Amino acid sequence: MKRDESIAFIFFVLLMVIVPLISESTYILTVGIFAGINALVAIGLCILMGYAGQVSLGQAGFYGIGAYVSSVLSLYAGIPPVLSIVCAMIVAALAAVVLAVPALRLKGHYLAVATLGFGEIIYIILNEWGPGGPSGFGDIPHFGIMGYTIDSTSGYFYLIWASVAAVMFFSLNLLGSGSGRALRAMHDSETACNAMGLNVVVLKIKVFVLSAVYASLAGSLYAHYVTFVSPSSFSLFYSILVLTMVIVGGIRNVWGAIFGAVVITVLPELLRKFEELDVLVYGLILTMSLMFFRKGIVPILIDTIKRARGSAVAKH
Amino acid sequence: MLSIKAIQKSFGGLTALSNVSFEVREDDIKALIGPNGAGKTTLLNIVSGIYQPDSGEVLFLGERIVHLAPKAVARKGISRTFQHVELFVNMTVLENIMVGRHARTGYGFISSGLKLPAVGREETEIRQKSEEILEYINLAHRRDEDASNLPIGEQRILEIGRALATEPRLVLLDEPAAGLNIRETRNLGDIIRKIRDELKITIVLVEHDMDLVMRISDSVTVLNFGEVIADGTPLEVQKNRDVIIAYLGDEEIISGGYGAHP
Repeated sequence: MKRDESIAFIFFVLLMVIVPLISESTYILTVGIFAGINALVAIGLCILMGYAGQVSLGQAGFYGIGAYVSSVLSLYAGIPPVLSIVCAMIVAALAAVVLAVPALRLKGHYLAVATLGFGEIIYIILNEWGPGGPSGFGDIPHFGIMGYTIDSTSGYFYLIWASVAAVMFFSLNLLGSGSGRALRAMHDSETACNAMGLNVVVLKIKVFVLSAVYASLAGSLYAHYVTFVSPSSFSLFYSILVLTMVIVGGIRNVWGAIFGAVVITVLPELLRKFEELDVLVYGLILTMSLMFFRKGIVPILIDTIKRARGSAVAKH
Repeated sequence: MLSIKAIQKSFGGLTALSNVSFEVREDDIKALIGPNGAGKTTLLNIVSGIYQPDSGEVLFLGERIVHLAPKAVARKGISRTFQHVELFVNMTVLENIMVGRHARTGYGFISSGLKLPAVGREETEIRQKSEEILEYINLAHRRDEDASNLPIGEQRILEIGRALATEPRLVLLDEPAAGLNIRETRNLGDIIRKIRDELKITIVLVEHDMDLVMRISDSVTVLNFGEVIADGTPLEVQKNRDVIIAYLGDEEIISGGYGAHP
């Protein structure tokens, strides 16, 4: 991590510790929990698309795998959630390797359609063979660790945002390392990467697996928090929603993924007072933000701060 | 050091290279020239593993490399630049060089994500070496700029620097002077010479700028319509009748054309 990033990271962790202390409202914490879950999926998609230049419209598939595998293992096999979450990550990682095989041959729109197909396959599998079929199943055990079960809203808020912090820590380190540079290089020119001796095939598989593991973690946490899952939460709509978060926040910056996840999760709540017009206003805000902030909110904020710093230095 | 042996390559019905053979000696600057469409870039692409020839062999330090993929060729110690610059345009000048060093390092996603101490040490070393390369090619003052903001002359030199970062034994340069002005071309020639003289890296140069070719190369191979028509020192090649015909047309046509005046 660079210095600015470390400061931002510490600030972000403090903010997440403070929010539940000053907020009495379960409602705000619940919205915060969902924002955190979405942020986990969005960070993975941001690295995959914004950094590595691969497209995915199938993240809901990995999210669904995380939710269902962990739920089934903990509910029916009695495996503690800590372990079942890890098992789900492994299943998601294997699924990502399978998806990466066609992805290695496809680019752009074609890759988008292939990943969309993958997401739909998982959705159909959950519908047909998942416990409870289309109506889903409940009584999923709460998350617990070493005999201590988390069942309060603030407990889940901390658990989920601690996960976001851990994932963010890992991601910032990764992106700041040689591997991160290789991912960005692959985005710009695969031909040149090959000429440098980089293994583009392995890099692509790795980055698909990474985004799948993040989405799977999010899905598992979702399932143990809500204690009920049904296939409808893991449809194409969710993949598009995460894509929207990443683009609104700023696709070339991982902070943008968190920011976009919070904005897109909170926005519908704020728009409740427009009643039946809320969807209309929501659409309007999205369209406008893409027209005027094409690079995304976070990169524009960073540019503004840099410019302000620059002019402060110039005045001296 | 590099032997091209009876390379044959056609695209559909079009023969790009037919029975091309020549040698590149160690520590030489070898120029590969010829009119447009003579097959120069095709040959570079075969050496660097992008194309497979229909038949023929490429030996590098005595080893067959013709079946290898580009990344494997790069790891054997052959690096290259591209006719249409292939820089990492969304990355800084320094980062471009740093990517060049990445293939030499062994750490994966997990150790990088957890920032294990070894990764940090390696990163410091990569940065140091890359900065040295930037100094070497006189681009240190551009260090933190986006590669896409450099003028074309500096972009081409940055591409050479990135190729050096892989610590190659042989560098293939595909028209490095294209789009450069006279001053930039002279600077480019100096850098290519310096790389050969000081770093002992062998150079294969595909180039249309004859002043540059004649000034810096030790040996020149001329291709025309996919065949080698001359091979020798710059002076020998300049005097070669076939080469003159390939570039200027047949003597009779020339003398006929000008001689039409009574």
